Amino acid sequence: MSEESLYSLEMRNITKTFPGVKALDDVTLKVRAGTVHALMGENGAGKSTLMKCLFGLYSPDSGQILLNDQEVTLENPKQALNHGISMIHQELNPVPQRNVMDNIWLGRYPVTKLGPLAFVDEKKMYRDTKALIDDLNIDLDPRMKVVNLSVSTIQSMEIAKAVSYNSRIIIMDEPTSSLTEKEVAHLFTIIRSLKSRGVSIIYISHKIEEILQIADEVTIMRDGKAVGTWRAAELTNELIINRMVGRELTHRFPEKTNTPSEVIMQVNDLTSPFKSFKNISFELRRGEILGIGGLVGAQRTELVEAIFGLRSVESGQIIVNGQTVSIHSSIDAKAHGIALLTEERRVSGIFPVLSVLNNTIVANLKNYTNMFGFMRENKIRKAVDSSIQQLRVKTPSTRTVIANLSGGNQQKVLLARWLLTEPDILILDEPTRGIDVGAKYEIYTIILELANRGKGIIMISSEMPELLGVSDRIMVMCEGRITGTLQREEATQEKIMRLATQFM
Amino acid sequence: MNLSNVKSMRKFAMDNGIYIVLVLLIIGIAIKDPTFLSVGNLRNVLVQSSTRVIIALGVCGILITGGTDLSAGRQVGLAAVISASMLQASDYSRLFFPNLPQVWLLLPIIVCIMVGVVLGLLNGVIVSKMNVPPFIATLGTMVMIYGLNSLYFNMPPNNSQPIGGLRPDFTGLGTGSITALNGAISIPYIVILAITISIIIWVLHNKTAFGKNIFALGGNPQAARVSGINIFRTLLIVYALAGALYAIGGVFEAARTGGATNNYGNGYELDAIAACVVGGVSVAGGIGTVPGVVAGVLIFTIINYGLTFIGVDPYWQQIVKGLIIVFAVSFDLAKYYVKK
Repeated sequence: MSEESLYSLEMRNITKTFPGVKALDDVTLKVRAGTVHALMGENGAGKSTLMKCLFGLYSPDSGQILLNDQEVTLENPKQALNHGISMIHQELNPVPQRNVMDNIWLGRYPVTKLGPLAFVDEKKMYRDTKALIDDLNIDLDPRMKVVNLSVSTIQSMEIAKAVSYNSRIIIMDEPTSSLTEKEVAHLFTIIRSLKSRGVSIIYISHKIEEILQIADEVTIMRDGKAVGTWRAAELTNELIINRMVGRELTHRFPEKTNTPSEVIMQVNDLTSPFKSFKNISFELRRGEILGIGGLVGAQRTELVEAIFGLRSVESGQIIVNGQTVSIHSSIDAKAHGIALLTEERRVSGIFPVLSVLNNTIVANLKNYTNMFGFMRENKIRKAVDSSIQQLRVKTPSTRTVIANLSGGNQQKVLLARWLLTEPDILILDEPTRGIDVGAKYEIYTIILELANRGKGIIMISSEMPELLGVSDRIMVMCEGRITGTLQREEATQEKIMRLATQFM
Repeated sequence: MNLSNVKSMRKFAMDNGIYIVLVLLIIGIAIKDPTFLSVGNLRNVLVQSSTRVIIALGVCGILITGGTDLSAGRQVGLAAVISASMLQASDYSRLFFPNLPQVWLLLPIIVCIMVGVVLGLLNGVIVSKMNVPPFIATLGTMVMIYGLNSLYFNMPPNNSQPIGGLRPDFTGLGTGSITALNGAISIPYIVILAITISIIIWVLHNKTAFGKNIFALGGNPQAARVSGINIFRTLLIVYALAGALYAIGGVFEAARTGGATNNYGNGYELDAIAACVVGGVSVAGGIGTVPGVVAGVLIFTIINYGLTFIGVDPYWQQIVKGLIIVFAVSFDLAKYYVKK
């Protein structure tokens, strides 16, 4: 490859901050024409944010975007599309009830005007679609309804759509996350044919093998910064992992004081009816913090939601305190002393318009009613005051609407909610997501205190330092299976990453 | 072989459930009383369905975009009152406008349609510019339009008297027919109008960019926005078109019944929404067909007319209607859950 080859895209010094987080810090990305440029990094490293800036979904605080040496402003996806930038989303976003060609030409159908009416030329649309997909060698009927297509076919359709916009830059966000090997091979054929037409592909993926196979250059991101760009030929598995995780652990975690004792919960051979997770077996001890690591899509949330009764289970057992239990709903789970702090705090955690007080007691109302069914205000106030104090929630009063609290304090209220149900087993799904660093430390302290009080704690986290800093053991999952369990002493980021990508 | 037959039969039943229900309903009533299948009865069912089809097609477009329209019934009432007030026979004893000369028959109809378009645009602006949820926006305009209609209706010298004595050329639109072959074939104008409007709406939905846009908008608003569809303009047109259809429905409701009061059209919006959802229109948006809506309206008319014909207590008819709404929708949703 000659050094003079043109950059079709330059993103210079892009910075983007969200309240409390610097998501992108002075990131520069240069992509050559007709190449596949991989973008790698841990969850939360800033890859998606950077791409959303490029596709006009976010506007950066500062920095420049140049296309073929021309500076452009991209304020919305439509402008990005008109500048020849397309994005194929991780969660594909078609109109399900319409057919393939309607989706491809959405908003720009070929029309014949007749007075005020614009009649769609279905024949031309069919011909154009057919030509497009034949050219890309995609097997697809333009008249099929999208709802009947497989994920990989929808993806092919999205690629055809990108090509129909004459895109010079196509962003693919985790394109192979739900494809079979054969489908991946076909995707790579399409990618190579796009390359040969001078199209640049920005390829976001966690799958190192794939990257080494298809990418020409690789940019690695970490903590919102670009670590650097290398030619794929110069890279190896080891080098990529090192550069993705290469950071030191500082004093971001409280000292560990808990000691695991007897087994409190045992899970045997748990399998989902949809096979999203298979043959999961593990045990949890009193006073233990069991971390669950893995990449997005490892089905960790699905697993804990199944344990908590929110999803169905096909086979396997759950044994709590020596007794096999059957859990079909969150009501059963609560009765067996299990609590779950869900991943999506805003979606399935807080009741935003209710007060801190009501948010705290909502999972436990029947303990606070008298014989006539009325609420026992004094008992409630006492319980809420003491748990608010214990968890150091910063709130003007317990009557404050929870939406007015910071993310960290909201999370503490949710912890208080579950602690009032006096669980033996506390499952925390990404407990520090979207919380600033200081508040994270407090949450870790609370988790350790709870372990010291003899609770068994399961903590899902996508942040490796957090897993390493807080857990006693780390169970790593990949594609719905357990790929290994590491003791605290032996665990390293590299080992976790290797287990998390074992089947990729 | 056998199994696949069962499967394809089930798929056929799933996809055509509404039409099967319609046929079964007719067969059931005909078994009870075979005289139901007379030309006269069929004609009555079609005539009674016609204005309802026109109104339901207006609501249908809005439902497809993911919206709803509670003001439909009151818009029908307003159009009925305006058209009746301008089209009384000059020799009638109690005239709304005593000094109004005989106007061209189409003039009041055009005025009503224009009023309908303006009210539709108002709904569209409230929904898409002021971001008021359609249910609330049209709840508000529903109440306002009734107030407006009552003010008009209460103007002296009418003072809230029912408007009657309509011109024969006007009532002829609602009750007359095209006849051919010495009366062997006779099709009511109002049925022809409903069929024509159904065809026009079908063409709009299926052959034009506007039609594709409303389905895209209801099916996935985010994708529609990303693709640069003009959501504001599309919504405005949908609501304005619906307003025009309600107005036409109201005018013909006045012509058919020979009069109007400010309470005309009360509750029609709920009948129309019920007919749409029974006809397979999704209230979540993105799904709906014109033949489905027509079948939905026919089902409700046949329940009304047919069950009365065979002597079923009207209160039982209400219960049957309610059951059909609930089961039709759960059946429809089951279709989608099966796929997932």
